[in-house]
Amino acid sequence: MAFVALGGSAPAKQQAPKKAGRVALLLLLPGIAYLALFFLTPLVSLVITSLKVPSATGDIGRYDYGAEIGNYFYAVEQYLPQIIRSFSFALMATIIALLISYPIAYFIAVKARNRPLLKGLLLTLVIAPFFISMLLRTFAWKQIFSNDSWIVNTLKAFGIFGTDSYIIGTDFAVIFGLVYNFIPFMTLPIFSNLDRLDIRLLEASGDLYANPFTTFRKITFPLSLPGVISGTLLTFIPISGDYVVASRDFLGGPDTAMIGNVVEANFLRIQDYPTASALSVMLMAAIVILVSAYVRRSGTDDLL
Amino acid sequence: MKLSLGKYLLPTYVFLTFLFLGIPIAYTFVFSFNDSIKSNIIWRGFTLDNWINVCNQQEVCDAFANSLIIAVSATLIATVLGTMIAIALVRYRFKFRSATNLLLFLPLATPEVVMGAGLAAQFLDFGWPKGMLTVIIAHTMFTLSFVVVTVKARVATLDPALEEAGRDLYANPAQVFMKITFPLLLPGILAAAMLAFALSFDDFIITQFNSGAIDTFPKFVYTAAARGIPAEANVIGSMVFIVAIAIVVTVQVRSSIKQRKLAKK
Repeated sequence: MAFVALGGSAPAKQQAPKKAGRVALLLLLPGIAYLALFFLTPLVSLVITSLKVPSATGDIGRYDYGAEIGNYFYAVEQYLPQIIRSFSFALMATIIALLISYPIAYFIAVKARNRPLLKGLLLTLVIAPFFISMLLRTFAWKQIFSNDSWIVNTLKAFGIFGTDSYIIGTDFAVIFGLVYNFIPFMTLPIFSNLDRLDIRLLEASGDLYANPFTTFRKITFPLSLPGVISGTLLTFIPISGDYVVASRDFLGGPDTAMIGNVVEANFLRIQDYPTASALSVMLMAAIVILVSAYVRRSGTDDLL
Repeated sequence: MKLSLGKYLLPTYVFLTFLFLGIPIAYTFVFSFNDSIKSNIIWRGFTLDNWINVCNQQEVCDAFANSLIIAVSATLIATVLGTMIAIALVRYRFKFRSATNLLLFLPLATPEVVMGAGLAAQFLDFGWPKGMLTVIIAHTMFTLSFVVVTVKARVATLDPALEEAGRDLYANPAQVFMKITFPLLLPGILAAAMLAFALSFDDFIITQFNSGAIDTFPKFVYTAAARGIPAEANVIGSMVFIVAIAIVVTVQVRSSIKQRKLAKK
């Protein structure tokens, strides 16, 4: 996975024949129990909450246990544009991030392979945005693209932009912000895959009169596919649930809300827990389908 | 003459992209020196005031302190639990292996808003009041898998012969662990802890759902965004950035020196 790249790479050693035992159980139990209690059962809570009905007393924010499947129909009916927008924004941002990130990952892993210091420096630059708060970064873009910023003014002065045009609040601004925030998530897994690419294969291809483009299309890219898939998942999934970038206080506007924005508003502001939960369950279901397609291809041991 | 793709085009592209990645970082840094009054939007002149008196904005400092407490606590718990799991995964054979792998992978593949809302729904059902404890629980949960992934990579590079040698020399299992396994795993454990800390410190979505009235640094920035983020927030963001980069660069330089030494031998 992506983050292993940061720990430096050393070849795996042949491990001693694995033994079964109580020790394994003792080592696993606390962590697994923790995840069961605070990751799995919350998902169950989410499903239960999504089926609740308004409390008989009629208090706002109070719900009774129920089996109201209608909550799901209501959520879809009410928020279909946001649901579609989430997935289309996530899809577009993922594709753009892939196009931007691949050459960077290739450069660091292949071209800078024999220069550890340069490689280390470039990797640090890739993850540098992680070290400054995601919200501050996104807010900085808002300022840079704000209506009286020099970028917008220059565009207007050259007539590229109409006088009443704006960037903040458009689909472009939101997708731009999403791409920016997730470039490192795309670059690292592709890098850690290309880092293991055997250069001799490329040389062999060249020796057989393949031009660089053919070599890339027939060898480099197919071999890097696991990294691409892993990067795509690591980008697409968090984007589909993000609500900071699309928020009206950041790069979004009235018509850019995604599923995350709706869940936030319903859960934390108007306390409509069932609708928020129904939307979350649907988002999770979509992700699970996506991930299980991946697992079916690659098995579970390569996941981690 | 053919334009060589590898020679000029690619490095130029990489350079420009890194420039692009740096823009908002530079912006945040520059505007931490802005002589702003209330909102920090228009450049009004250079000042060091924001850096010298960061805690003039009491809320920023309180939020920052909360973030530190939460990140340290969650990192400690997640690192211990995660290291144990990582060792078990590489070293032992057990039933339900793929189920365990899947359970560890799922949090990495779940949108934060789902984990955040799920946990909040559960706390609501349990009747647990949201606060510091619930945030720490939440952060431990979502950083745990990252720790496992990072430490597992290190366990896989350990040569079991070293531990065997320890046993041959009559070390008991506890001694083997403390004198051999643990020191060799330490770089991986530290890397995992740093990652967990960074993830927890910067987390916003899961925190917003589970923190109630507790303010963290990202939560402060989110709330402040509506009326303009004070320059003091930029100062704290920049400070964290500088410290983090310093740590990473030190680690990188040290490991590259080590590699060079090894190459010479």
